[in-house]
Amino acid sequence: MHRAHLTHLLLGACALAMLGCKGEPPIDAYTEKKILILGNSTEPQGLDPQIVTGVIESNIIRALFEGLCVEHPSKQGVHLPGAAASWQANDDFTEWTFQLRKDGQWSDGTPLTAEDFLFSYQRILHPDFGAEYAGMLYYIQGAESYNKGEATDFSSVGISAPDPYTLKIKLKASIPFLPDLTKHYTWYPVPKHIILKHGTIDQRNTPWTEPENIVSNGPFVLKQWRLNDYIHAEKNANYWDKDTVKLKGIRFLPVSNQYTEARMFFNEQLHATYGLAPEMIEHASNHYKKYLRQETYLGTNFIRFNVTDPTLKELKVRQALALSIDSEAIITHILKGGQKPAYGIVPPTEDYHTPNAVSFDPIRAKQLLQEAGYGGSKKLRVTLLSTDREVSKRLSEAYQDMWKKHLDAEVSIEQREWKTYLSRMSELDYQLALGGWIGDYPDPTTFLDMWKTGDGNNRTGWSNKQYEALLATAEQTKDPEARLRILEQAEALFLSEMPIIPVYWYTTNYLLHTSVKGWHPLLLNNHPYKFVDLELSEAN
Amino acid sequence: MSNKTQSHDLSKGQSLWSDAWARLKKNKMAMASLIVLFVIGVLCFILPAFSIIADPNNQNLNSTFLDSNKNNWLGTDQSGRDLLARLLYGGQISLLVGIIATTVSVIIGLIYGSIAGYAGGKTDSLMMRIVDILYGLPFLVLVILFSLLISEHAKELTEHLVRLWPEQEVFIKKFINLVPLFIAIGALGWLTMARVARAQVLSLKKQEFVEAAVSLGLSHRQILMRHIMPNMLGPIIVYATLTVPGFVLTEATLSFLGLGVESPNSSWGILLSEGANYMETHPRLLIIPSITFSLTLLALNFLGDGLRDALDPKAAKD
Amino acid sequence: MLRTIVSRLLQGIVVVFCLLLITFVLVRLMPGDPFSGEKAHSAHIIEKNKERFHLDKSYPEQFAVYLGLLMQGDMGDSPVKEQPVAKIIEHSFPASLILGIAGITIAIIIGIPAGILSALKKNSYIDYGTMIIAMAGISIPSFVIAPLLAGHIATRVPFLKVAGWGDPFDWILPALTLGLGTAAYLARITRGGMLEVLNQDYIRTAHAKGVHPAIVVTKHAIRGGIIPAVAYIGPAFAALITGSFIIETIFQVPGMGQHFVNATKDRDYFLLQGVVILFGSLIVFANLAADIALVMLNPRIRA
Repeated sequence: MHRAHLTHLLLGACALAMLGCKGEPPIDAYTEKKILILGNSTEPQGLDPQIVTGVIESNIIRALFEGLCVEHPSKQGVHLPGAAASWQANDDFTEWTFQLRKDGQWSDGTPLTAEDFLFSYQRILHPDFGAEYAGMLYYIQGAESYNKGEATDFSSVGISAPDPYTLKIKLKASIPFLPDLTKHYTWYPVPKHIILKHGTIDQRNTPWTEPENIVSNGPFVLKQWRLNDYIHAEKNANYWDKDTVKLKGIRFLPVSNQYTEARMFFNEQLHATYGLAPEMIEHASNHYKKYLRQETYLGTNFIRFNVTDPTLKELKVRQALALSIDSEAIITHILKGGQKPAYGIVPPTEDYHTPNAVSFDPIRAKQLLQEAGYGGSKKLRVTLLSTDREVSKRLSEAYQDMWKKHLDAEVSIEQREWKTYLSRMSELDYQLALGGWIGDYPDPTTFLDMWKTGDGNNRTGWSNKQYEALLATAEQTKDPEARLRILEQAEALFLSEMPIIPVYWYTTNYLLHTSVKGWHPLLLNNHPYKFVDLELSEAN
Repeated sequence: MSNKTQSHDLSKGQSLWSDAWARLKKNKMAMASLIVLFVIGVLCFILPAFSIIADPNNQNLNSTFLDSNKNNWLGTDQSGRDLLARLLYGGQISLLVGIIATTVSVIIGLIYGSIAGYAGGKTDSLMMRIVDILYGLPFLVLVILFSLLISEHAKELTEHLVRLWPEQEVFIKKFINLVPLFIAIGALGWLTMARVARAQVLSLKKQEFVEAAVSLGLSHRQILMRHIMPNMLGPIIVYATLTVPGFVLTEATLSFLGLGVESPNSSWGILLSEGANYMETHPRLLIIPSITFSLTLLALNFLGDGLRDALDPKAAKD
Repeated sequence: MLRTIVSRLLQGIVVVFCLLLITFVLVRLMPGDPFSGEKAHSAHIIEKNKERFHLDKSYPEQFAVYLGLLMQGDMGDSPVKEQPVAKIIEHSFPASLILGIAGITIAIIIGIPAGILSALKKNSYIDYGTMIIAMAGISIPSFVIAPLLAGHIATRVPFLKVAGWGDPFDWILPALTLGLGTAAYLARITRGGMLEVLNQDYIRTAHAKGVHPAIVVTKHAIRGGIIPAVAYIGPAFAALITGSFIIETIFQVPGMGQHFVNATKDRDYFLLQGVVILFGSLIVFANLAADIALVMLNPRIRA
């Protein structure tokens, strides 16, 4: 009798205890074990640095592999040694020499040599491999013709290894920012000995990236890859700088729904989210300021014009549409993420002064439209191609309303799902279309090269020989300052013809747990994990 | 002999319907539901014609997320649009989608399923295997393809219709964009209806009254239409009243996936999927459409039940 | 009976084949391709990749190649993810199966008794009350119920997480959300079916004979009454396993439902073909099982 009562009492107490307190937050357990849990949007396309094309993949690949140079954790524009211990460039930045570190090795102990780099660059440029991002290496002499199959001998490409620990790169233009390029995953080395074990140099979809096969040279190695569930990386015991690495592991969760991600963060299941929905930004800003991170992100949001369309051929029409967009209102009421209204396409930096081409001027806009022959009963009628991503819907509705209010224009929105949207844009089957561009590296050319005639990313039908001439001149200009001035001229020319309406410059908004240390704002959001640490703090 | 059966059928018909109406009136829940649906119908379809209701697409980025005030009785949404207006105009679209798609799918499914069940044997097998194939096709692919197909031809059709009725331009454009949605939704919906109908027919055709009809020399068509189908009315009506809200839900899910009703129009589906995003920050935007949606749904169901009970000939014995 | 089952299975193979053929063509008719992205790629690279997946050949040629692969038990590679399709499906099947079984169990446990009870207490407050609760599943969309449960229940109960698929406790909320929709349908259909049956003559005969009402219900009425519900369960189960996209997204479940949506959106032809084959086969089996159950419940039906 008594024993039964006691058991009941104990059970009851346990139940009460369980209901009463949730116990230690689950995230603290991971913090103690020094395992970083990150929300990473979607399941990656893969982990082969030479096949993937996205930011999501780069977040994971950055943990596993290391390029010649490494991003400084907090200072923009500083290049730390990675696989390369040192490097020099010639006067006009067309020839670079990298000295690889002698203690560099793969996670299985195999030495990392220049041979691996030669192999890797040949692989990504191989005409039969079909690497979608091969264009990132086109600055290298002979790379483009080799990639297109015009040149068949790889030795015609400007990469050589005079000895096992020296890499010489010959460029076809003056590229003072080559170290920045080497931080991009397309420039990372891949393990020749492992890849050749599972296939030939031009074979794709081989199992070399499987956890049981993969070998990498970065601060972490791949331990587990559960599709659509999580990817787990563990500290690499053979990493040359392993003493700097404080984390014992990183786990990437492919959480595609932003609200689920925010819920997971507040439920102590994540250290950091990938992004944050606008209403959650406001919510966090009001109630959880210590977790909110709002940082400049290298990218521009704009509206494309199909300049070959009869209605939009007239420059004044384009200008009228451009001047009636109130970016401030959009940022304040829709985006709420501290974005900046864009007055050009290249985000301004200390050194680069973006030409001031666009502002919100509804009176001038109306005037321009009248000069173009509209007004009264003749209304401007156009369609806006939009998609179902993120805030696209709200943006397109806002633009429609603004054009109606300020120009009395009838804009109908064609909302198409993602691939249909891409396909129609590429075929120039639209009049206006939402668009955006994230920079691949911190140099204005990443925003300017795409507008050359025939570039797949142009998608506006705009073409200007003078513009291309300016870009070509900049390529051959040795002096970095002078080079930037020429690029500014090119951008001014581009903006004067208004093939796009710049709307805003991106910021990245996300939630970061206070236990994460060594995580600082970076323009490309490419935080080097080797400098990140986790510390339980009382102020949680 | 045929004269006698004719007049017998006529009188049977009269008393069946008036009987049914009498029974329905006694069912309090069903009558209440009828009133609720009537009110919602008036609110959504008739009230917006009066200027007391604001323009549902009129944005005002400076007055977003306002609570209920004298200009906006239900407040404003994330773009400063009047929630009441969006609710009513949205209701038009959602109810239309539900009713039209349901009607289409019930008619097709009923006929198809009954023939399959009645015919039996190889015909039944073939027909149901076709249903299986159609059921297995990926729905989203169909929606995308239908939308594309329609929008390609929509431009000419829209222009033609606008020329005929210029004052109705906005309405026509809205409607044309909905057609792929109706088709896609109805095209999937009739399949389950067909299965349910078939199961009913299979169980009914073995009953004595059917054997009796056969031995009386009635044709298959007569048997199907005069004897079997009336006895199926019950579950079919139940299923149909379930289908309307089901289709409204499908529209909501498509909106959630970005494939539903196009901007800037609203539908209950869009209001619900957008409202769900503001659950933690501005719950009003979710609660109000949810209540409206659920209320309509419950009313449809209780009405459907009432109809089922009222139309069941055997219930007369109660 | 056995002959019918075998014949149905053979028919099933034909069904799946036709399904595959139609899907194969339909997906290639959609605009766009697996390789287009925000950052456009050079034409020669896109050509190369199209070649790799035989997308430059005519449809009949492509289909023949694909059939050849299938014969060898290979479902091909995904053009969007660098994985074999079979592996992607394999990794997602366990979660979907668990979710599906849990979901349909909840649906049956809630739906069928609710339908029976409502029918027995027709037009009483118990009837209305039970039906209103049962209706919860279809009066509120899953993309509203799921976040509500995640945001308000999971945050307050210790062993529940707002998202994730780590331990069995994580199965509860997703299965509940998934099952509620089907429960509503089952409740309604069962109620309708029961009412039909309860008005039948053989039930009145049983009552007249003095058989105890409970036995009338359980032995005679339910058998007939749940026939429409059983007909529904078959395809409902198949749909649950594959139609759980929203639940998977909101609760982070590594299941198969997301493949249907994502593969369509990404134009991942081969993954979509793979899951369609799987879904088709599931439907064939589910319908067969449902039809067998129908026959067992009502010996007067011989399919």
